[in-house]
Amino acid sequence: MKLTNSLLASAAFAVLAGGAGAQEMTIVSWGGAYSKSQLRAYHEPYSEMTGITIINDDSAAEAVAKLRAMNEANNITWDVVDVVAADAIRLCDEGLAMEIDHDVHLAPAPDGTTASEDFGDLLVSDCFIPQIVYSTTFGYRTDLVGDNPPTEVCALFDTETWPGKRAIEKRPVANMEWALLCDGVPFSEVYDLLATDEGQDRALAKLDTIKDDVIWWSAGADTPQLLADGEIVLGSTYNGRLFSVIEEQKQPVEILWDWQMFDLDGWIIPAGLSEERQKRALDYLYFATDTQRLADQAKYISYGPARKSSAPLVGKHADLGIDMAPHMPTDPENAKTTFLFNYEFWADYRDDIDAKWQAWLAK
Amino acid sequence: MTNSSDTAQSGPMLAADGTPLKKSLARSLRNQKMRALALIAPLLLFILISFIFPIASMLFRSVENTIVADILPRTVVALDDWNADGGQLPDESVYSAFVSDMVEAIEAKEHTKLGTRLNYEQTGMSSLFRKSGRQIRKLDPESDGPFKEKLIDINAEWGEIKAWSTIKAHSVRLTNGYFLNAVDMRRTPEGIKQQPENKRILVKLFWRTLAMSLIITASCIALGYPVAWILANLPMRTANLLMILVLLPFWTSLLVRTSAWKVMLQQQGVVNDVLVWLGVVADESRLVMINNQFGTIVAMTHILLPFMILPMYSVMTTIPPSYLRAAKSLGATNWTAFRRVYLPQSVPGIGAGSILVFILSIGYYITPEIVGGTKGVFISNRIAYHISYSLNWGLAAALGTILLVAVLILYWAYDKIVGIDNVKLG
Repeated sequence: MKLTNSLLASAAFAVLAGGAGAQEMTIVSWGGAYSKSQLRAYHEPYSEMTGITIINDDSAAEAVAKLRAMNEANNITWDVVDVVAADAIRLCDEGLAMEIDHDVHLAPAPDGTTASEDFGDLLVSDCFIPQIVYSTTFGYRTDLVGDNPPTEVCALFDTETWPGKRAIEKRPVANMEWALLCDGVPFSEVYDLLATDEGQDRALAKLDTIKDDVIWWSAGADTPQLLADGEIVLGSTYNGRLFSVIEEQKQPVEILWDWQMFDLDGWIIPAGLSEERQKRALDYLYFATDTQRLADQAKYISYGPARKSSAPLVGKHADLGIDMAPHMPTDPENAKTTFLFNYEFWADYRDDIDAKWQAWLAK
Repeated sequence: MTNSSDTAQSGPMLAADGTPLKKSLARSLRNQKMRALALIAPLLLFILISFIFPIASMLFRSVENTIVADILPRTVVALDDWNADGGQLPDESVYSAFVSDMVEAIEAKEHTKLGTRLNYEQTGMSSLFRKSGRQIRKLDPESDGPFKEKLIDINAEWGEIKAWSTIKAHSVRLTNGYFLNAVDMRRTPEGIKQQPENKRILVKLFWRTLAMSLIITASCIALGYPVAWILANLPMRTANLLMILVLLPFWTSLLVRTSAWKVMLQQQGVVNDVLVWLGVVADESRLVMINNQFGTIVAMTHILLPFMILPMYSVMTTIPPSYLRAAKSLGATNWTAFRRVYLPQSVPGIGAGSILVFILSIGYYITPEIVGGTKGVFISNRIAYHISYSLNWGLAAALGTILLVAVLILYWAYDKIVGIDNVKLG
């Protein structure tokens, strides 16, 4: 009798869970402090408003490969996916992400400016809805640089003035650009030069000069840990990670904003969702990417909102109570010299340069 | 069948029910086999569906290349008559076939996929297809011809032989291109060539993976053998206690153990701090022990050690201690007794442990990625890159196939030299 009861109970539970399934959506993101900021700025208010349960999945790092596999298996379990712009472009190229009509599907700014104008140049793909601007930039140990803190990114290559190990990412993007820039190439010519064999060799030759002093990182948490341990004198990482090292962990670290590499992160909707799920995903994104919501996210993490109209609404950090604007990569004081990730260039040259890069690393 | 001659019966022997004994025996044996098969059927099916089939289909990707011929069917046919050696651009028939194919492909949003595929072979194809797609979309293949000039107007690269010869060279449905890439060669319109020297990396990585896996296996044997011996020779109660020490790291997360090595080995880390404190090394010349091959070997040896100790231990517990005593009583020294009596009997354990550790380490990915720096990474790190970043699954499959074949060859060699019957897991 007991067995029958529990069987009945579990069957009933399954039915309930199935019923609730209709009011659930799976949102994929990066985890950690970033997902937390989305939870507080977007998911919680949205769930409260609509009653839809949002399930977080932290597998954004493998999103492209997983979406491809899901697409081949014809079983897409994700509703909204947070990816970097380069991944969004690739997903769009592969037909794995749905094309968005930005003006139809997204909210206009409060003053009536259309969404496509509000996002401006940041709409780098038809499938991509920008969310934040982040940057890859350098942090240095204030106690290891003496009275001579670096002010330029080329400090990376100056091992005489600032001796010690430096951490840079184990991939060509951004490093090749910085190398050419510090080898005397004007900003406007960097990508034209990088498209040639000579330019690529020149960048690698410049990096060769510091190769023995480099610790290569592959996870965003590496550089903050290396800085905190005093393993390195300076190193590149995402600006939000540096913010938490400086403001939350109170380490003797400063940010070097010179020639920071801007990159975008945002949303895509997987292609091939059922009409109902697609509608729900679009409804969520209409809410989560409006002017106020993007500004809200900046209360929890130091990444710049992608809409122009959100910038004036950025306030204080929700827990620390400090003003967030000066910590944004987009703050005019910080953004005097910047790169914007050149998506078109890297989509074409990534494979080619990466092969050379790997061969160079292994030398 | 002496029985039949004893009883002087003629004809075949019959079972109780009158059927020939041979037949009824065969039937009951068949029944038994069917029952056995039915019993293992769920497992067999499971392995087939969840293991054999996915691996086979992944391996097939290493030669599969239908995308060009599927998306540009007319162009591929039209290009048949064209030869890049002539130094001439293809004629109008190719261009018009290409526009018809592209209009359909753009409709199905497949042209960018093709661009990505061709970009593996020829840098720049990705943006060529993406950019031209926006313009070609507006053309009508029926009425807007001729297209040769129009296409070259849209993008000057359509007026270069390179673009067309790349399409032609990769229009075959089954390709050896991925395998060629996997061994630092490439398929070009002019035939098979070696990659330029500054792009050769994969062969080097294969050798490094093999060499480092062997070193890791050897260090596991060196460290694991004494431990297994002690465990096997202690009283049960103490041995069990010590066994927990072997198993405890085994149960700890791989990432935690790998990161712990970082903290231990880095220049401001525990080991260096102790050495400086002892005065063994000077403060300014701290040892570099991580982010290189040394770091990978240390961390992986530690992580894989239980896989060596456990099979060794289970074999050693079955070696009776009286054998060693007998050897000694017959006049053997300690060393001779160990070498001639104990070691040969423990070889099956060493063999099993070595195969386990070697095969695991040859495919290891996360530990080399974290502690390997640039010189301590394996071929599996490139496979991971091509699976999840460059999306070049064909190349990843080719690399994986080569790795699989290498392991099978080594397994075969092991069988020839040591004999696989000599492997015991317990």
